[in-house]
Amino acid sequence: MSGGFSTLFRKEIIRFWKVFMQTVLAPVLNALLYLLIFAHVLAGHVQVYPGVGYTAFLMPGLIMMSILQNAFANSSSSLIQSKQSGNIVFVLLPPLSHFEFFAAYLLAAIVRGLVVGLGVLLVGLFFADLVFARPLWIVAFAVAASAAFGAVGIVAGIWADKYDHLAGVQNFVIMPLTFLSGVFYSIHSLPAFWQAVSHWNPVFYMIDGFRYGFFGQSDVDPWLSLAVVLPVAVLLAWFSLRLIASGYKLRH
Amino acid sequence: MPPAVRLRALEKRYRTVHALHGIDLDIEAGEFFALLGPNGAGKTTLISILAGLARPTAGSAEVLGHDVIRDYREARRNLGVVPQELVYDAFFTVREMLRFQSGYYGLHRNDAWIDELLAHLGLTTKADAYCRTLSGGMKRRLLVAQALVHRPPVIVLDEPTAGVDVELRQSLWAFIRRLNREGHTVLLTTHYLEEAEALCERVAMLKEGRVVALDRTANLLRAGEERRLELTLSSEALPDRLRGRVIGQDGRRYVLALPEYGELESILAELRGHDIRVDEMTLRQADLEEVFLKVMGR
Repeated sequence: MSGGFSTLFRKEIIRFWKVFMQTVLAPVLNALLYLLIFAHVLAGHVQVYPGVGYTAFLMPGLIMMSILQNAFANSSSSLIQSKQSGNIVFVLLPPLSHFEFFAAYLLAAIVRGLVVGLGVLLVGLFFADLVFARPLWIVAFAVAASAAFGAVGIVAGIWADKYDHLAGVQNFVIMPLTFLSGVFYSIHSLPAFWQAVSHWNPVFYMIDGFRYGFFGQSDVDPWLSLAVVLPVAVLLAWFSLRLIASGYKLRH
Repeated sequence: MPPAVRLRALEKRYRTVHALHGIDLDIEAGEFFALLGPNGAGKTTLISILAGLARPTAGSAEVLGHDVIRDYREARRNLGVVPQELVYDAFFTVREMLRFQSGYYGLHRNDAWIDELLAHLGLTTKADAYCRTLSGGMKRRLLVAQALVHRPPVIVLDEPTAGVDVELRQSLWAFIRRLNREGHTVLLTTHYLEEAEALCERVAMLKEGRVVALDRTANLLRAGEERRLELTLSSEALPDRLRGRVIGQDGRRYVLALPEYGELESILAELRGHDIRVDEMTLRQADLEEVFLKVMGR
């Protein structure tokens, strides 16, 4: 890979870091509010896994939700801003390969997801007794899930013609997928129908596998979760790369 | 050496618009070339295809022998484009933008050239200013600097002096002319026809997606319209031998054709021989604007 990739990657990192109040602190605070309210209301009433308090149970779900939403937000908002302001030409004119273009946006999205996730984790340590039973599983699911949603962000950012389109994807796809995935509960507490529906939601496996990394316990076998999440991430990444290579909505 | 730009049967159709109808054009390396045409003639579409911002429907485009689709990385490496729209990135400063732009071309230590560009374009004092704080003319010059960070052998300027004041326009052209002397090929689209006339060796005129005139600037000027002599005389009567030259008359004011400068002497001698005094005399030469209007009017 030539030097073009490293520069575009660095630019994408600096871009969100320059407004970290909005891109890092705000989502961390958001997750903290969920934590305070749900933990306050439900702690003592719900115990999902033996020996794991509700606040602790909630933490991995909130971290994963923040990772997903921010990985998506990074690539999608960067692309649509560049398209709307026209400065996308600055990255379309140079001899960046399709893969370099793809990799820079995807990696920056992963970094943003992980930075926000880490922020939520650090703040959460003050409120919950977290354990890290299988750290490698934590890392594997964090990276794969942020890659999947970073890729969705690339696709949405390229497809959207205006911010309204992007808000549509965010509110009608990303939010329902993340909320109906077991962030706040174990899906075993759901009626049978909704349990079945949840099993078709890849985000459920992202959160369940991620949670396994913390507690060593989960709703389904973590290998099954990995076997769902990895192909989903690879497929979405492949699709976003193909979209870039096709020039769809970027090169007319 | 392959031509700087080679277009063959280049077609571009959008959903409702047929923007380019089979353009064939060669621009030799080292030329200073102008692309003229009214709005909607296809100039920007042509440049966009060259830059890889648009894809041709049919035909081919090459930059220094590199096909813009098959060999897009080499084609883009050899091309520097100043876009027509005043685009900028509000997040970054002038220097940051130029460093990023260099980096995209794989140039990670480019500060000496960046400083030179800033100096030539009058942006040195703005190096650390955020792009959004620049005036329109400064944003335009930053776009020029961004297009030149990788010293491209072929430079494309799409309406580069729109909104730039006269003094800066002069210094911008002096700089571009120097780059041309140093061997860079320059392709320019402009609405200021006098710029094309003063700077460019060759001109192509585009109308509704077709090349309607392509020649050396000097030839176009010569062929376009002959020179005219406008005279206000002391009498309304004109010597018979001059009657054949009359293009227009308004009282004592005559407009005469003057194919060659050398004939001026004989005209004046004829008038003197008939005791006719010349009160006013103007020599008018065709400019590119007249040629342009004439070609476009066809």
